Amino acid sequence: MSTTEGYMTADGRQIGGVVMEMKNITLKFGGVTAIEDISFDIHEGEIRAIIGPNGAGKSSMLNVISGFYVPQQGEVFFRGTKRAQLKPFEVARQGIARTFQNIALFEGMSVLDNVMTGRLTHMKAGIISQSLWRGSAEREEMANREICERVIDFLEIQSIRKTPVSRLPYGLKKRVELARALASEPKLLLLDEPMAGMNVEEKEDMSRFILDVNDEFGTTIALIEHDMGVVMDLSDRVVVMDYGKKIGDGTPNEVRNNQAVIDAYLGVSHD
Amino acid sequence: MPEQLFFTIEVFLNGLMTGVLYSLVALGFVLIYKASGIFNYAQGVMALFAAMTLVGIMEGRVPFAHLINAILGTKIHHFGWHVNAFLALILTMGVMLLLAWLVQKVIFKHLVNQEGIILFMATIGLAYFLEGVGDLMWGGDIKTLDVGIPQGLNLWIDETTYNMFDYGLFIDNLDIYASVVAAILVLVLVGFSQYTKQGRAMRAVADDHQAALSVGVSLNFIWIMVWTLAGFVALVAGIIWGTKSGVQFSLSLIALKALPVLMLGGFTSIPGAIVGGLIIGVGEKLFEFAIGPLIGGATENWFAYVLALLFLVFRPQGLFGEKIIERV
Ligand SMILES: Nc1ncnc2c1ncn2[C@@H]1O[C@H](COP(=O)(O)OP(=O)(O)OP(=O)(O)O)[C@@H](O)[C@H]1O
Ligand SMILES: [Mg+2]
Repeated sequence: MSTTEGYMTADGRQIGGVVMEMKNITLKFGGVTAIEDISFDIHEGEIRAIIGPNGAGKSSMLNVISGFYVPQQGEVFFRGTKRAQLKPFEVARQGIARTFQNIALFEGMSVLDNVMTGRLTHMKAGIISQSLWRGSAEREEMANREICERVIDFLEIQSIRKTPVSRLPYGLKKRVELARALASEPKLLLLDEPMAGMNVEEKEDMSRFILDVNDEFGTTIALIEHDMGVVMDLSDRVVVMDYGKKIGDGTPNEVRNNQAVIDAYLGVSHD
Repeated sequence: MPEQLFFTIEVFLNGLMTGVLYSLVALGFVLIYKASGIFNYAQGVMALFAAMTLVGIMEGRVPFAHLINAILGTKIHHFGWHVNAFLALILTMGVMLLLAWLVQKVIFKHLVNQEGIILFMATIGLAYFLEGVGDLMWGGDIKTLDVGIPQGLNLWIDETTYNMFDYGLFIDNLDIYASVVAAILVLVLVGFSQYTKQGRAMRAVADDHQAALSVGVSLNFIWIMVWTLAGFVALVAGIIWGTKSGVQFSLSLIALKALPVLMLGGFTSIPGAIVGGLIIGVGEKLFEFAIGPLIGGATENWFAYVLALLFLVFRPQGLFGEKIIERV
């Protein structure tokens, strides 16, 4: 399954080659080994899930990909070339957008302003040219604005465009965070528990959005999710982590029938 | 109309002008504090340093002349040229940019995620260091600064008011120019933060570091930028104050007045810094004028602090800050 070539999904979608590859990643915090020698890849156009019990190291993995954590060992390949240790903002500029498990929005800004910050990596005009060539700066602003409005429409948050984010309920905040990430037109989208803390209806909406993003824009998505049902519905392939180790990797069906995974999820004691 | 009223108006306007200076210094504080959580004690010294550098460049002084002479036994002091004010201004802005870069590179890059009090201590160190370097570079003498801003009584206002009310208002040209320049500076800063890419990134960093990183903003770049902007604001304050009273150590002490201004205006509000500065400027002058003689004068030394204290008691979030309600 993990060929460098693409593959065909069960529902008949053509998936591209490897876009991101993690090789032998190890990450420690003092005595705690959050990630132990894990390798996996993400193909272009697929929805890749990372699952595992609490404290398994899922968020840590996402943080390694997005540059927030620096692994002690291992290599990261992005679009075929080995990546140097990058700062989070450099990773973002490469076209990797993310959301956070605990939501990191600009609380003092409106929804629209939050989404607009997603365009920062695309804004070209510098200070000087912005003041000298007002025309081109305005055109750029309009173009960026339009993309944001489209994302806002897409995620059905038009009615709260001007609302300060701090006033929004949790579920909508999660959606705004996704909107901001989408506004950057990412090549790879990382979602850390996009549905955590949501009610059934909100979860269904979010699932639909994730599938639509992948379907309409062909965006590659890696997501962390606890709800097995959701994972089965959404993802093309799944990495299973437990206590920092990778204990499974494959299609949802393969993973579901994997004994180590069943044990981890049923809480079979570790030795 | 009674003379007393005109006196009061004069005092009021005079206070407004002093307030402009307080506002500028407070503005420098707010810029840095918002983006990095650093309370920059050195803001006043930065104004002094900027003004010294401007004078030094204009007069063609050799930087570190005393040091060079002491080591090499030479007797150089001046290059023998004069630099025009505009060019010198540009060069001084370059120096402030360099200073911002060094401050970030040498000090604050290594103090990321430290407690606020540690950052504050670092800026105290920076203040003394910068003061010393300023003296070493340009000499400790009191310097006169003249960048061509007209000074003295504004005749037009004097005559017009005299013709209308039989009383000529005394307004200093320098004060008028200072207010106009300060107003333009504030408008430019607000425009910058609202409408440019860098301004947007600056607001993002001020709001949430983690989120800012995730949308591709380099914190380091923004921090250098806010120190540079604070340096420019300090330069403007330094020019105004320096033109008025000469470039000398007392300039760095206006920073201490910025503290009560910030208590009034809130530490993170740009409009707050402006309004707070004006209120304190006007307040202390009017108070001195009206009450001062009754209680022995010199009230300007403490008025601002007492006012700030009252605010701390009754409105701790400042004029424009949002009320902080603890979640329980
Ligand atoms: N910044 C950090 N400093 C110290 N330890 C950390 C840090 N981040 C994560 N850890 C530790 O690494 C381990 C893995 O944490 P991580 O957050 O990656 O788990 P997770 O799989 O995302 O769990 P959850 O489902 O609860 O979100 C945990 O033991 C955690 O305490
Ligand atoms: Mg997690």
